[in-house]
Amino acid sequence: MTTNDHSSSGPDAVFQDYLAQGEFRIQQCDSCSRHVFYPRVLCPHCGGTRLAWRAASGHGAVYACSVVMGKPGTGTDYAVVLVALQEGVRMMSHVVDCDPHAVKIGMPLQALIIEKEGKPLVVFAPEKLVETSHGAAR
Amino acid sequence: MSLRNLRGKSAIVGVGEAGVGDAHGFSAMEILAQAAIRAVADAGLTMQDIDGLATCSSASSMWALPVAEYLGLRPQFIDSTMLGGSSFIAHLMPAMLALESGQCNAVLVCYGSTQKTGTFSRKAMSDAFKLIDPLPYEHPYQPMLPPTAYALAASRHMHEFGTTRAQLAEVAVAARRWAQLNPQACMRDPLSIEDVLNSRMISTPLTVRDCCLVTDGAGAFVLMRAERARAEKQKPVYVLGNATAVWNRQISSMEELTVTAATESGQRAFDMAGLKPSDVSVVGLYDAFTINTLLFLEDLGFCPKGEAGAFVQDGGIAPGGRLPVNTNGGGLSCVHPGMYGIFLVIEAVRQLRGDCGARQVKDAKIALAHGNGGTLSSQSTAIFGLEETL
Repeated sequence: MTTNDHSSSGPDAVFQDYLAQGEFRIQQCDSCSRHVFYPRVLCPHCGGTRLAWRAASGHGAVYACSVVMGKPGTGTDYAVVLVALQEGVRMMSHVVDCDPHAVKIGMPLQALIIEKEGKPLVVFAPEKLVETSHGAAR
Repeated sequence: MSLRNLRGKSAIVGVGEAGVGDAHGFSAMEILAQAAIRAVADAGLTMQDIDGLATCSSASSMWALPVAEYLGLRPQFIDSTMLGGSSFIAHLMPAMLALESGQCNAVLVCYGSTQKTGTFSRKAMSDAFKLIDPLPYEHPYQPMLPPTAYALAASRHMHEFGTTRAQLAEVAVAARRWAQLNPQACMRDPLSIEDVLNSRMISTPLTVRDCCLVTDGAGAFVLMRAERARAEKQKPVYVLGNATAVWNRQISSMEELTVTAATESGQRAFDMAGLKPSDVSVVGLYDAFTINTLLFLEDLGFCPKGEAGAFVQDGGIAPGGRLPVNTNGGGLSCVHPGMYGIFLVIEAVRQLRGDCGARQVKDAKIALAHGNGGTLSSQSTAIFGLEETL
């Protein structure tokens, strides 16, 4: 429920800081109550400038999906998805723990935070898999 | 003043191209200048008559400056707004306002790229873009941009409306059949729906044949006030409407993946022109990917939302079909040097002049050119007509 008044860093950095602490937070506008993603200094829906950081539910579903094809036979294909989060915002992500070609629109997903190139990154796994092999997402 | 008052007040009086396909040995500036020379000569003008300039480039942030210098221009009007591939259609409105106000008398709109043969390759440019046009909430997920962005939109269109890969392939096949009627087109070999479906998958559901070409090429046109245009060499092609709309940059920020800002640019351009889709004789839609053509047919009102798959089926937009679309062969089969928008204008002008030979649309009186830029991000629609449509 932290408000976006960090004087020393902007929303991009605050988002990353939360991720580094294992927390996936997204902004919510105080004025119009809509959630905002990606992080901004103003609400793109109403122009409000008071945005609070809320813990994301982590629940979402595949809204759109494309498998980027690697070299044939190398097993390097990967799914790029747009995830519709329960909060009503959408983000690009990866689906892990799943055959990329099995990812389908509507598939329920659960967020998890991984490390990629030294930085935390929000990715998603099929919802059931998260409960059995990863525990509840933070 | 209403924009309606600008309807038909400016006209394109000259067009030119250079280095289409492979410009090996020439720089982007050199082929741009050759296209500019041809457009100016086509208009019956000299370079000294040009006192307005509109241009932009993916590879240079101050591109209007070296272009003015190279061509020896001292323009009184300069526009270098960079909206991606729609730019050269979006340049129409500021140019028309400048002409109407008397700020200048002859605007040269020009573009050139050697992305196929030049040292600044597509790969180098894609790496540079990550620095100069950062997408911090997309790049970490390694979308292959631009194809993956359009593939995501295609996945959604298929999901919502039952559009099939074969219907997407119809767009590529139609473009190829038009290209076969255009001696200038880069790809003229026969292409079947099966060929498209069986070609190398890039980013599902799009294969390499659902993606535009990577070529060199330059294009230019000259715009003047209508009363001056009538005195020039060529039959003037009047700008009846133009509008540009931008709603987002990133595909992940698009409100609905199956509804683009072309709904807005198209409506505003048709309003300015006082026309409707059924008035249009020949259509150019920026076909960077096959899904584009479907989205723009719907968003511009040529068919209802969700029905473009059926609209293009069985040769619907191929030669002899229900609507002539991308008669030069489009970005899919004619030419696509990074940004393609200017070639849409050039083809619209040639169709209205009746200069298109085997691919000429009979009695073409009204032409529409629709440009797209970024990843379904910027949309600009222009409607052109002959004297009799004023």
